[in-house]
Amino acid sequence: MPWKPPTPIEVYQLLPKTNCGRCGEANCMAFAVRLISLEVKLEDCPPLIEEERYRGSYEKLRGLLSPPIKEVVLRSPKRIVKIGGKYVLFRHELKYHNPTAIAVDVDDSMETEVIIKRVKMIEGFEYEYVGQKLKLDAIAVRSVTNDPKKFAKTVYTVAENSTLPLILCSTNPTVVEAALDVLNPPHHRPLIYAATKDNWREMAEIAKRFDVPLTITAPGDLDMLVSLAKTLSEDMELKELALDPGCLVGVGGLSYTIRAYSWLRYKAAYDLWRYAGYPLVGTPISVWAQMGGDLRDVMWWEAILAVMLMTRYADLIIVHSLDGWVLLPQVMWRFQLYTDPRKPVSVPPGLREIGKPDEMSPVLVTTNYALTYSLVLSDAEKAKVNAWLLVIDTEGLAVDVSVAGRKFTGDKVAETIKSTGLEKRVSHRVLIIPGKAARVSGEVEDMTKWRVLVGPTDSSEIGKWLEKNWTPEKIKELTGL
Amino acid sequence: MSKVSKSVKDELKARQEATVYSLLAKITEALEKGVIELYNVEIESDELEVRLTPQQIPVVVTPPQVVTEAKPEVKAAYEVAKAVEVIAKKVVELVRIAFEEPKPQFSGRVVEVRLGASRKDGGSRDRVIVIGGHTMPAYYYLVGYKPPHPPAFGGDVFDMRIGLPRAVKLAFGDALDNPVEWARVWVEKYGAEAVDIHLISTDPIIKDASPEEAIKTVDAILQAVKVPVIVGGSGNPEKDVKVFKKVVEAFPSEGLTINSLNLDMKLEDVCPYIAKTNATVIDFSPMDLDKAEQINRKVYDWIPRERIVLDLNIGGIGYGTEYGFTAMERARLSALIGNELLQHPFNVGAANAWGAREAWITMDPYWGPKEVRGPLWETLTSLICLLAGADYYMLVHPLTVKTMKAVREYLFSEPKPREPEKALDWLSKSLPVI
Ligand code: SF4
Repeated sequence: MPWKPPTPIEVYQLLPKTNCGRCGEANCMAFAVRLISLEVKLEDCPPLIEEERYRGSYEKLRGLLSPPIKEVVLRSPKRIVKIGGKYVLFRHELKYHNPTAIAVDVDDSMETEVIIKRVKMIEGFEYEYVGQKLKLDAIAVRSVTNDPKKFAKTVYTVAENSTLPLILCSTNPTVVEAALDVLNPPHHRPLIYAATKDNWREMAEIAKRFDVPLTITAPGDLDMLVSLAKTLSEDMELKELALDPGCLVGVGGLSYTIRAYSWLRYKAAYDLWRYAGYPLVGTPISVWAQMGGDLRDVMWWEAILAVMLMTRYADLIIVHSLDGWVLLPQVMWRFQLYTDPRKPVSVPPGLREIGKPDEMSPVLVTTNYALTYSLVLSDAEKAKVNAWLLVIDTEGLAVDVSVAGRKFTGDKVAETIKSTGLEKRVSHRVLIIPGKAARVSGEVEDMTKWRVLVGPTDSSEIGKWLEKNWTPEKIKELTGL
Repeated sequence: MSKVSKSVKDELKARQEATVYSLLAKITEALEKGVIELYNVEIESDELEVRLTPQQIPVVVTPPQVVTEAKPEVKAAYEVAKAVEVIAKKVVELVRIAFEEPKPQFSGRVVEVRLGASRKDGGSRDRVIVIGGHTMPAYYYLVGYKPPHPPAFGGDVFDMRIGLPRAVKLAFGDALDNPVEWARVWVEKYGAEAVDIHLISTDPIIKDASPEEAIKTVDAILQAVKVPVIVGGSGNPEKDVKVFKKVVEAFPSEGLTINSLNLDMKLEDVCPYIAKTNATVIDFSPMDLDKAEQINRKVYDWIPRERIVLDLNIGGIGYGTEYGFTAMERARLSALIGNELLQHPFNVGAANAWGAREAWITMDPYWGPKEVRGPLWETLTSLICLLAGADYYMLVHPLTVKTMKAVREYLFSEPKPREPEKALDWLSKSLPVI
C-alpha cells in the first residue's frame, strides 16, 4: 500500500483551531486541507510551533505527515540541502519533493589551485531556464591519498572557498574523522560516504559522535545494504542514513543498477518498508573508474547515468565532469522532473524581445504557460526573426486550453498591452495571435482596437509565416506606414 | 599516580571486565532461551570504565525486537545488559535480513504489434519488429519475468531537403539529398532497425506533392532497404488522409506503419482502407490520455487493437519532457491494471528533442559544441522515455541509435554485476581533471 495522507479532519483535530489566519489561510480547516496535499508545511502555522501547549499535537502531526522516505539534511554555514523526503513512487501520484542534489567531486591529490578552481566552477555554475537559475548543490571531497592529514587539509580548503555542503568520500574511518575534526559540526553538516560491510562499526560511531548523516553502500548486495540499514538505524540508533546499492554499467551492471534503485524505492514508497526508506545516493562518477577510452565517451556515459538515476529515484548524485554539456541536461531534466504535475508551470507575463526588435517589428501574442512560451521563443529565435513577444497571463495554461477556458480573452490582451506600454514600443497597431486562438480574434480586435492577424497553429511555422505575411508591402497595406 | 597503584587499578579493571563479559554472556544466553536467573547484579556504573574498542568485545547483544516479547525478568536483564553495554561502548553485531523482491500485481497486458511483413506474410521484409506484450511496467526485474520484446530503433528520413542540425548533416552528408540513399545509409552504415519516411513534400503549403509521388518514394525505399518502413505524413490532416489511403492501397502487404492518425482527421476516410491491408497505425494524442482513449476507441471501429501503436508525444529536455514522460508512465500503469483503451506499445518521435534550443544553438564555449549537445539531447530524451516504457523510436542521429542499442543490451542482460566491488573504485582513484 502506498503512502496515504491523513484525512483533513484528523489533521484539523490536532491544529490549534483558533482560525487566527496567521498561516495565510482563512481558517484551520483550509490549512488542514492544504497540509494533506503537502502544499504547505506544519511550520507555516506559527502558533503550532511557538506555543508550548501545542508541542504534543505538533509531534503527532509530524508523525502523520512524515514521508516514507526519510528526509536527510546536509548543511554548510551558508546552505542547506535536503535529500529524500519523498512520498511517492511516481510523480503523478503527488509530486516529487527535494530535487535530486547534484554534487561534483574534488580530491585530496589535486593541487590547491586546482581544487580552488574546481570549487569556484561548481559554485559558479548557473543556467537560466524559464526564469529560474539552475545550479549545483554540493561538493564531494574524495580521499585519493588515504592520508588523514591531506584529506583534512583538502576539506579545509574546500570549506574555506565554498558555500556548499560537503560529502566526505572515503571508506577509511580515520580519514573521515580527521575531516570532521576540521569541519566541526554542527557548523558544517556533511554527509559521510560511506559505511561498508567492513567499516560500518567505526563509521557509525563517527557519524553518531559528530551527529552527521551517513551513507551505507553495499555494491551488488541488497541483502547486505538493508541489513546494515537495519543494524545502524536500530541497534546503533542512527537516524539519518542514505543508501547506495552501487552504480554499475555494462552487461549485468546497468540492469542491476536500475533494478536496485527501483526496488529500493518501490519497497519504501509502496510497501512502506522502513529499511529501504532512506534517500538514495547515486554515483555516475563511477563510470570514470569503470570505463576506459575517449574522455568524451566517459562523459557521455556519465550524463546518461546521471539522467537515468535521477529518473529512477536517486536523491543525490555524485558526478565528476564539470563540462557544461554534461551538466546542462542534468539540471534541466531535474527541474522538469520535480515540477508539480498538478500545477501548470508558468512564466511571468509581459513583453519580451526576440532578437533586436524595433518599432516596425511584428508583435506575437502567446500564453504564459512555460512550455508554450519556451517553444514560441525557441522557434522564433531559430527562425532568426526580430519580434516582440506579448505574454498573456493565462494562469499557466496552453493556448487551446486557455481559449476554451476563457483565460485568453480580448480583455486580457488589452490589459497586457496597457501594462507593458506596448503602444510606445511599436508604431504599428497589429497583433499576431496563435492559430489556436483564431476563435477569439474578433474579440481581441474589439477590445484592443488593434488589427489582429491569425498566425500559424504551430510555432515552428513562425519564421515562414512572417516571411510571407510581414513584408514591407503587407505592412503598408495593413497599417499605411 | 604511582606505578604500583596503576597496575593494581589495571588488574581491578581487568577483573571487572571479566565480570562484565561473563554477565553479558549469561544475559545473552538467557535472552536467547527466554529464561534467566540473575544473582547479585549490582553494578555501579562508575566502577566500570571499560576501555575497549569494539572489535575486542566478543559479546553478542541480541537486538531489541526479541525483548519486546520477552518476559519481564528477561526485560530487566536486558536493561542491565544495555546499561553495561553503554559503558563498555556499544557492541553491535550485524543483524542479517534479506531484501525481498516486491510483488507488484498487474492483470493487464499491452498488445503485441508487428511492424513490417516478411515473405511468409506476403511482404518483402527480411526483418520484422514486434513490440509490446508487456504485463509489467518497463524494467521491473522480477525473478521469472522476462520482458517480452525489447524496444526498437528506426531512422528518420525526409522526402525532401529540410533544415537539419549540423550534427545530422555531418553524419549523412550528401545522402540527405536523396531519401533512398539516406535510408540505405541508415540501415547499412548505422544499423537502423526500421526506416521512417516522412512525406513532408506532400504538405499543401510546401510542395503539395501528389499521393502518386509519395507512392514512388515509398516504393523506392521498400526496394532499397529490407527493414520495416514507417510512413509519415506532412501533418496536414486533410492531405495526410489522402496520402495514407493511397500508400496503403499501393503496398497492402508490406506491413507498413502509418504515422500517424489523430482526432483532427476524418478517420472514416482512411481507416477502412488501412483495415483492408496488413498495415499498422500510430495513434497520436499529445500528452493527453483522455484523447488517447478517444482516438483509440474510434480507430477500433475499423482496425484491430493488435495493429495500433500509441504516441503520446515528447518534448526534448527542457521543453515538456516531463509531460510526455508522465503521460507514458500513467498510460502504461493504467493499461497494466486493465484499461484496454491504453494497452498499446508506445512510439516516440525523438526528433522533437532537437526542438530544444540547447540541442541546436551555438552557446558560450563552456556549454560545449552543439554537435555534441544535439545528439546527447536526443539520447537523453530517449532514455527518459525508455524508463517510462517506450517501445519504438524514430531517431534522427546515428549516435542516438548506437547508444540506445548499447543501453538496450545492458538493460536486457541479467541484472548480475560481474565485479560489484568496482562500483567503489571511483572513491580513491585519481581521475583526469577536466
Ligand atoms: S495559523 Fe494555525 S492556528 Fe492560525 S488559522 Fe492557520 S492553521 Fe489555524
